Amino acid sequence: MADNKLTRREFLRTVIAAGVTASAFSLASCTKEERESFLQKHFLEMSEAEKKQLVARLEERYLKEYGRSFNVSVKESVKGTLWGYGLDLSRCIGCRRCVYACVRENNLSRHNPQTQWIRVLRLKKGNLVNLEKADQYYDPPEVPEPNYFYMPVQCQHCENPPCVKVCPVHATWKEPDGLVVVDYNWCIGCRYCMAACPYRGRTFNWSEPKVEKEEWNTDVHYLGNRPRFKNVVDKCTFCVQRVRNGRYPACVEACPTGTRKFGNLLDPESEMRYLIAHKRVFRLKEELNTEPKFYYFFAE
Amino acid sequence: MEAWRFYKKTLKLVVTGGPAYYGWCLFLICIIVVSFRYYLYQLDHGLIVTHMRNEVSWGMYIANFTYLVGVAAAAVLLVIPAYVYHFGPIKEIVVLGELWAASSIVMALLFVFIDLGRPDRFWHLIPYVGWLSFPRSLLAWDVLVLNGYLVLNTVIPVYMLVKLYYRKEPNWKLVIPLILISIPWAVGIHTVTAFLYNGLAARPFWNASILAPRFLASAFCSGPAMVIIIFQVIRRISYIQIEDTALFKIAELMAYAMFLNLFLLGAEVFMEYYSDTLHLASLRYLYQGLDGHRVLVPWIWTAFGFNVAAFFIFLLRWTRKWLPTLNLGCLLIIVGVWIEKGPGFILPGFVPGSLGEIYDYIPNQVELFVSFGVWAAGLLIFTLFMKVAIPIERGDFVHTKYGKDGGPARAMRP
Repeated sequence: MADNKLTRREFLRTVIAAGVTASAFSLASCTKEERESFLQKHFLEMSEAEKKQLVARLEERYLKEYGRSFNVSVKESVKGTLWGYGLDLSRCIGCRRCVYACVRENNLSRHNPQTQWIRVLRLKKGNLVNLEKADQYYDPPEVPEPNYFYMPVQCQHCENPPCVKVCPVHATWKEPDGLVVVDYNWCIGCRYCMAACPYRGRTFNWSEPKVEKEEWNTDVHYLGNRPRFKNVVDKCTFCVQRVRNGRYPACVEACPTGTRKFGNLLDPESEMRYLIAHKRVFRLKEELNTEPKFYYFFAE
Repeated sequence: MEAWRFYKKTLKLVVTGGPAYYGWCLFLICIIVVSFRYYLYQLDHGLIVTHMRNEVSWGMYIANFTYLVGVAAAAVLLVIPAYVYHFGPIKEIVVLGELWAASSIVMALLFVFIDLGRPDRFWHLIPYVGWLSFPRSLLAWDVLVLNGYLVLNTVIPVYMLVKLYYRKEPNWKLVIPLILISIPWAVGIHTVTAFLYNGLAARPFWNASILAPRFLASAFCSGPAMVIIIFQVIRRISYIQIEDTALFKIAELMAYAMFLNLFLLGAEVFMEYYSDTLHLASLRYLYQGLDGHRVLVPWIWTAFGFNVAAFFIFLLRWTRKWLPTLNLGCLLIIVGVWIEKGPGFILPGFVPGSLGEIYDYIPNQVELFVSFGVWAAGLLIFTLFMKVAIPIERGDFVHTKYGKDGGPARAMRP
């Protein structure tokens, strides 16, 4: 019996050793870039030096792959900020300019599939909460239409985000400034977060995103609009690449009617705080207790 | 050295067989090869080659996964009568049932794996190596309990078989606790899988506390139905003794399970239709169609008809105890439950979408072929298991010193 055990143990050892050698060989056979990308740590576990290396590697990769020189930022959240969004339903005319500004700013796939982070719902007047009659594909010659109003929906950056809770690998989390972000290099593509989101706030890169060379926005953030991979999840980040540098999200800037507001919820002087104090705001699907930082209101 | 001989003989047993064995294995391998090519195509181009989209982000693969977890969990319907109540006829075949459970779990895990967008990052799920979000994420729970169940259902039968090979009494102090753990664990894997959906407030169709009980009830129909068919096939081709009473006992338990399944379905349908809130939409989409979208309607009514018919077949003693009707009932249940808790469960969760969108999902060729491949892989694994387990059970494959006609293997069993 004793030598049986020995052979068994030896057998196991050989198997394990063979496995390790095989994986070492297959790793050695890929390019340095592939290897580093495969073994890359979780973003939150990286040191400053590692982040610097990462940025250099990504910039080199993007240059090679897309022929454009990118500027990748890993800028952290600014202390004392908690981003909130306001949307005036009485002003929105459903023109979808925000949708396409977002697509351009965030390097979303233009075709096959066409990806959009903002969905504009057309609702019949007389009803607000029932989204089952909402139409996302309205296409009239002219907006606004007399019997309808419009409700744009995007990631609501919940304080209690169900998508973060369900992710099996911590690939998505809430930043200190309240933005819910994804590490596209860590996501395994299980899409559990998409099932968990009550706002359809997440999209999947069903294929390699397709963007024309000259249309790339090269000012990118690691957690935001950098070129994505196929088969990982992404989402609206309130334009993390912009707001951490004191700019408005692209959708706010693009809106021709002033429907969209944005500001720091921790700053008592901010526009958002004024809106919350003086308008009657509500949040989408409040009954789910997700605590969105996306406030809808009617100014008129 | 005997261990080495055991490996060698096992290998020999697996690679030699009659033309039917070779034919069957070759058939499965062909399916696996074809489906693997489809899988590579999917990996290469991304999941865009499937019909899943942002509105319906899980489809055929996760539907099969859910179903197979149930099939695997149902092994307890053999384990309990065998080890807890010492019901003789089942005790003799319980090992085969456990190996079927192990094969089902392998299939279930494979279905999750092929659904992953980035299987190369699979290691992110490994605790300490990657960063598993345990205990917060239910998917992390599922990864742990499914793998645990796989280990239990491989270790227990393999240990029993090896002991039988050596003609030694198993160390019951070691096995009994493992068997006892495997019983709640089986309930656990299916409960956790139900909770995976159940915990999502975003999807009212899944967000019902009746879900876990329903899952278990339907699992205790479909799993045993497969076992009954498989046992008859094994009996036919390998001359192993499997008594009819074992099959009838399993069938009797299935009658109870199917009653419970239909009852829980009724409870859910009543609640949704009578209260008639916005949450009814998903159930409507499933059973009646919504705004002219009726893709699932014929399927779910087929499932309902099959399940009800099977219930009566298993309820009446003479149809339950007559093999042709018994087998018909099993087939009806296998298909009926697959529709009900595969596509009939996953898809209405996503339709209408959380912003009211209706996307009619039907799996495409890629998804079908990749799925066939996973089933073929599971059947192949099970076939190989059986190729070794059956001779041991029968007493033909034993320690060298007992030779070809050693004493009766069955005598070793307590």
